[in-house]
Amino acid sequence: MLRIEGLTTSYGPVRALQDVSFTAERGKVTAVLGANGAGKTTLLRTVSGLVRPDSGSVHLGEHDISRTPAEAMPALGLAHVPEGRGVITELTIAENLHLGGLGRGRKVKAGDLDRVYDLFPVLGERREARAHTLSGGERQMLVVGRALMAEPSLLLLDEPSLGLAQRITAQIFALLRDLVAEEGLTVLLVEQNARSALSLADHGVVLNLGRVVADDRAEVLAGDDQLRHAYLGF
Amino acid sequence: MQQLLNTALGGLTLGMVYAAFALALVLIWRSTRIVNFAQAPMAMLTTFVALTVIDAGYSYWIGFVVALLAGLALGAVIERFVVRHVEGGPEINAVILTLGLFIVLHALASVVFGNRYRSFPAPFGIRGIEVGETTIGLTGFGIFTVVAVLVVMGLLVALFRFTDVGLRMRASAFNPEVARLLGVKVGRMLTLGWALAALVGSLAALLIAGGSLVHPGYMDSIVVYGFVAAVLGGLDSPLGAVVGGLLLGLSLSFVSGYLGSELVALAALGILMAVLLLRPGGLFAQAQERRV
Ligand SMILES: Nc1ncnc2c1ncn2[C@@H]1O[C@H](COP(=O)(O)OP(=O)(O)OP(=O)(O)O)[C@@H](O)[C@H]1O
Ligand SMILES: [Mg+2]
Repeated sequence: MLRIEGLTTSYGPVRALQDVSFTAERGKVTAVLGANGAGKTTLLRTVSGLVRPDSGSVHLGEHDISRTPAEAMPALGLAHVPEGRGVITELTIAENLHLGGLGRGRKVKAGDLDRVYDLFPVLGERREARAHTLSGGERQMLVVGRALMAEPSLLLLDEPSLGLAQRITAQIFALLRDLVAEEGLTVLLVEQNARSALSLADHGVVLNLGRVVADDRAEVLAGDDQLRHAYLGF
Repeated sequence: MQQLLNTALGGLTLGMVYAAFALALVLIWRSTRIVNFAQAPMAMLTTFVALTVIDAGYSYWIGFVVALLAGLALGAVIERFVVRHVEGGPEINAVILTLGLFIVLHALASVVFGNRYRSFPAPFGIRGIEVGETTIGLTGFGIFTVVAVLVVMGLLVALFRFTDVGLRMRASAFNPEVARLLGVKVGRMLTLGWALAALVGSLAALLIAGGSLVHPGYMDSIVVYGFVAAVLGGLDSPLGAVVGGLLLGLSLSFVSGYLGSELVALAALGILMAVLLLRPGGLFAQAQERRV
């Protein structure tokens, strides 16, 4: 589904990713783990076209998307929920969702939003409210719902659990599990909280200082004491 | 009593024009964080286009529409080929650039259209309407001014509120990076925003010009008043710009009518200073947005 080969990305003199290669399988959850500054966000930003790589390639299915601009990604089936969530607070909840639906490049009908309101009834109750009135957990629901509006085949999530109560994180992870199982969604999940990410994920990639230091099945990573102590902190 | 009424009517009419010009500034500020000082000469150029069309024997209305379209095109071209290079860069670069454009467009107008006063026609009467014995300070052209600004504002509101393009434009202005991730071609939206702003600026310029004299500098004071009105309204708020324009038009009309027209510029400056000192976020500054 998503094949990354030899990806290197810099910010000026700072090398944030160094020769990163791995594959995220279709219909699976792949977790990207690592300490602060390991390059996880940079990896997602490079994949979704917000940052240009110095070298290497990214393939989405058969398409080479390593030089594709970010705004063309939704039409290819890629949705990126950025770090810090990216709710457009000045717009209403309904407008945020509608905008997500436009990404697919066709008209959004009123009924299209109902699926998201069914998943997250709190959003449905406040559809005409400005998004800045939402709590952190509700915002997370909104951005996940907004990403789903574009009917993606690949979903990139950057630290969805950040600052959320365990209960809300569990709710969102359960939803992801359902979407993966029922609709064959592919997920690339960046998480600080390695333990809960590995409980959801099929596969895991560990980054350290921009390099891949481990790439294996989730159970194997979770069972590797040395790796856990060195990079995952649990 | 009659003077009061006439002063208020004159103020409202002028206020509508300031409101339009302030709105043009706000549209650009909101999406690109640039105060477009070149708005005045851009709008001025398009009235000269209208004048050229009218002098060639076409009707006022053809000139009017051509000028608005010229504004649309000029705004788009200036954003795409000039301003694009400083977007997202240090703010001072954008300020210098729009000031530079101000000078260049002025010079261009002087060269192409001549640096002299020319009279600009009006499609409606510019004498006060007679009600019984008295003449009130509301002219046919004044009514047209109010209606034209209201219609254009109504269309803009409808565009922003009820269309997909409008939603994309707002998203691009509020959060360009997230908008890109959602598939919005942000650059194109900025071009469109500048084009629409320039159209509104052209409208204001045509309304100021109607029935009076134009020369390459005739809009320069209006950009100052438009800026004051926009600051009054908070720079970020289209509605604020409109209310700010109306308030400024009324205030200046009263200053001119009761204290003397030579004090108008000073009064505008006083209002600007007062707002910046007392309510730097504008009269309608919203409560701090909630951050999570
Ligand atoms: N815009 C930028 N300009 C310069 N350096 C940057 C920029 N963004 C990230 N970096 C650097 O690149 C490296 C990787 O950062 P990145 O944000 O990808 O890490 P991360 O794994 O997402 O960290 P966190 O867990 O804290 O979110 C860090 O050294 C960071 O300082
Ligand atoms: Mg990060």
